[in-house]
Amino acid sequence: MEKTYYPKAWLMVLPVVAIVSFSAIVPLMTVINYSVQDIFGPENRYFVGMEWFREILGDPEIRGAFQRQFLFSFAVLAIEIPLGIAIALCMPRKGPWVSVVLILLALPLLVPWNVVGTIWQMFARPDIGLLGIGINGLGIDYNFTGNSIDAWVTVLAMDVWHWTSLAVLLCYAGLQAIPDAYYQAARIDGASRWAVFRYIELPKMRGVLMIAILLRFMDSFKIFAEPFVLTGGGPGDSTTFLSQYLTTMAVGQFDLGPAAAFSIIYFLVILLVSYVFYQVINNLGKGVS
Amino acid sequence: MAKIELRNLAHSYGGNPSGPQDYALRRMDHVWEDGGAYALLGPSGCGKTTLLNIISGLVQPSEGEVVFDGQQVNTLPTERRNVAQVFQFPVLYDTMSVYDNLAFPLRNRGVSEDRIRERVEEIAAMLDLGDVLKRRAVNLGADAKQKISVGRGLVRSDVAAVLFDEPLTVIDPHLKWRLRRKLKEIHERLQLTLVYVTHDQTEALTFADRIVVMSEGEVVQLGTPQELFERPAHTFVGYFIGSPGMNFLDCGLDGDAAVVDGHRIPLSEEVLEAARQAEGRLEIGIRPEFLELTEDSGGVPAEVEFVEDRGTHRLIKTRVGDNELFVKLRDDQPLPAERARLRFPPEWTLLYANSRLVR
Amino acid sequence: MTLRLEGISKYVEGEMHIDRVDMACEPGQATVLLGLTQAGKTTLMRLMAGLDRPSSGRILMDDRDVTRVPVRKRKVAMVYQQFINYPSLSIYDNIASPLKLARISKVEIDRRVRAEAERMQIGHLLDRLPAELSGGQQQRTAMARALVRDAQLLLLDEPLINLDYKLREQLREDLQQIFRERDTVIVYATTEPLEALTLGGSTAVMHEGRLVQHGPTPEVYHRPASVAVSQVFSDPPMNLFAGELDNGELSLGAEARFKAPTHLRDLPSGRYRFGVRPGQMHLDNRDQARMALTGEVEVAEIAGSETYIHVRHGEAAWVVQVEGVHAFGLGDPITVYIDPDRLFAFDSAGRLVAAPASARPDAT
Repeated sequence: MEKTYYPKAWLMVLPVVAIVSFSAIVPLMTVINYSVQDIFGPENRYFVGMEWFREILGDPEIRGAFQRQFLFSFAVLAIEIPLGIAIALCMPRKGPWVSVVLILLALPLLVPWNVVGTIWQMFARPDIGLLGIGINGLGIDYNFTGNSIDAWVTVLAMDVWHWTSLAVLLCYAGLQAIPDAYYQAARIDGASRWAVFRYIELPKMRGVLMIAILLRFMDSFKIFAEPFVLTGGGPGDSTTFLSQYLTTMAVGQFDLGPAAAFSIIYFLVILLVSYVFYQVINNLGKGVS
Repeated sequence: MAKIELRNLAHSYGGNPSGPQDYALRRMDHVWEDGGAYALLGPSGCGKTTLLNIISGLVQPSEGEVVFDGQQVNTLPTERRNVAQVFQFPVLYDTMSVYDNLAFPLRNRGVSEDRIRERVEEIAAMLDLGDVLKRRAVNLGADAKQKISVGRGLVRSDVAAVLFDEPLTVIDPHLKWRLRRKLKEIHERLQLTLVYVTHDQTEALTFADRIVVMSEGEVVQLGTPQELFERPAHTFVGYFIGSPGMNFLDCGLDGDAAVVDGHRIPLSEEVLEAARQAEGRLEIGIRPEFLELTEDSGGVPAEVEFVEDRGTHRLIKTRVGDNELFVKLRDDQPLPAERARLRFPPEWTLLYANSRLVR
Repeated sequence: MTLRLEGISKYVEGEMHIDRVDMACEPGQATVLLGLTQAGKTTLMRLMAGLDRPSSGRILMDDRDVTRVPVRKRKVAMVYQQFINYPSLSIYDNIASPLKLARISKVEIDRRVRAEAERMQIGHLLDRLPAELSGGQQQRTAMARALVRDAQLLLLDEPLINLDYKLREQLREDLQQIFRERDTVIVYATTEPLEALTLGGSTAVMHEGRLVQHGPTPEVYHRPASVAVSQVFSDPPMNLFAGELDNGELSLGAEARFKAPTHLRDLPSGRYRFGVRPGQMHLDNRDQARMALTGEVEVAEIAGSETYIHVRHGEAAWVVQVEGVHAFGLGDPITVYIDPDRLFAFDSAGRLVAAPASARPDAT
């Protein structure tokens, strides 16, 4: 479709351009600038080239953090997306229950990140928390402050509790948009419930699933507040994710150069992986015959 | 293949209907022959979609019976009725090839792959889809997509009836006639019972042997295209079929003629015979195609309001008393002056009592 | 008020959408833009409205150059294919909306809204919401809103296409009346020859981004300047035959030979393309004066009071339009007849060289 020509439109866009450049482009330039310097103070800095990048990429601790981060993000996707689809499929399509279910689902999304961390911190405590006591009561030794696997599972469970609703809501919107004729045609064609899901619902949800996967990947890859409140990154560094690592480096130790290099690598990784997801899902829809 | 009987069928969505106005579908009793092509024709809200949904099994009628080949199917769900349906917009399985789309209903029923191949290839050839079997269905044009929807209905050898719900809505007007031809060809070859819902007269009259005209939940006529045009059973049919529709004039009866605004319009023997029983509001109906201009002083005087050049014919709007009358004139016939006289050929002048044809 | 386009072209990314259109539209009658889909009608209307700017050329309103005046500052109203109304406003407020923006007194608004609604026959519906009305009434509302504000230019882009044919019939008839009473330049785009014929006024035939003929509607209809016009301004399109004139003898294809009719007699001998409208092909050979052609029936489409018979003859295909309802089986052999008096003749470049004498633009 052709656009309407309106010469003053440029003026309208200018403030946004100005704000975006101050809020995004200028800081980004600063970070790039820092990443190639060694900084001791405002007047005391040296150019070091790619040195920080080399150091960051070679650091076994940071590599470990990256591995943990990837593992965590993929676990999040592997649980939340299928679970989201499953819950969306079970939800009522019309009637008074729709709004009740939608409100219930939206509740976790309204809770701030650090509050979620605090809630789970109490909920999962083996001495006073309902979950902690419950699991120990089943005869399983569970202590998320002491055992790194327990800590890991707890952080994962917390994220699932917090964010699965998002996937559900997106999938639900996708399902609602499928015209009735498709279901009627499938009934006439004698399709099983599985075939309806596989050949109608899943393909028609492709668009919303892409959004769900990208959002959940990007968000979980940047997770910070919840594990920070829940476990503080421990025990050891078992739940120290990338953003916490970065914060410690930049704010805690004031290693601005390495932190800047780290930030850039971090950013590029998210960009790259999101791009790969986008391409893969897009091609799943078109490629095969 | 099936004969479809509608026995005392009626439907009201609300339940507890207190009068005819509460019925989406008023009582009807019809037999649709095996292998016939039927069209349900009427404006939106006339009940044609409700009737289609009752036949396909999506809606259970509140009264009466739907019978397929002697078996009552009122409560039988869609998937067990052996009907196929083509919707207004093409319904395709996006991720599948054309071949897989066509094979889908057979695979779901556990038919062997060899038999599937045979059927799919046969149907694809019939629909001119042979060349695109390997392509993905989503990438094809609207007409090919709609043919695939038709094909998915036809591959099953056990299909009793194929139902069409305004299937040509998305087709480019210039291509419509090709698909109409295709559907007729398929009907001739397969002798399936076909039911076609539409609000478009051309669609209905071209496709069907017998047309069920509906208005306000009621079947007002079931007839051939010729019957609907020449002998509309109800004033609605006269109005709805043809453009412009039939002219109607309030009249009285006097001896061997109808009287309109003081002018005598002679009626045929046949109409006069039937008119003896007629009561209620009387109107005569005549199509613009059959009205003639005449020099004869016996013609009914009319004022000419305007003449519209429609290319191959002219449409003349005339006035007789309070009645507007359209006359269709071939373009080689002379134009009338401001005042003209109209002749009502008795063989084409019909009489209606309370909107129903007197016969 | 006259709208004048001078050498208007529109290119988008190097692709031609409109090519050097010159035309003038007068008030008091509809100017019908007739063309197939994608012929450039909508693009041209957007240029007229000022929604888009032409790549070259000038647009004049009463000799004032408005090419660079944005749409908000021109007095333009537009009606679209879709019934576009404000869903949450009553019909009254829908019609009143352009007047409210123009800061007109309440009394005056009321008077004009009611007058316009009466004229569009929706006066009794003013308290309703758009969703409660039929498609035809919704489109009448949209038209009333466009007409109420005394626009200098009213553009209608296939406004009847989404209505069913009975409503279309009614509205088409009303529109002639409504257009006749206005001192507004009215441009009406359509794909349907019948709409052009009933709206009268002048017809501008568009084909592939070009204006191929513009003149009083009956004249364009009865003397289509080219094969392209004969196809666009005829529904179904005019049937074409390859044929030959040879010393006063006319032949169509291999079989039909006839004495050339008067209007073709002065043409030099040679090959021509002959055209005849579907309504001028017949099933009977009246006065034995017609040429016979044989073929087989592809399908007979029945449109209520007319039958369109699609006939195939080898590679050639024709449509025959006959009055009344006629049933044909698929593949039935058929003989159709043509009045040689009714043939149009086009030269090898597709230009009209002779039109039937009987087809004079004498109608109102």
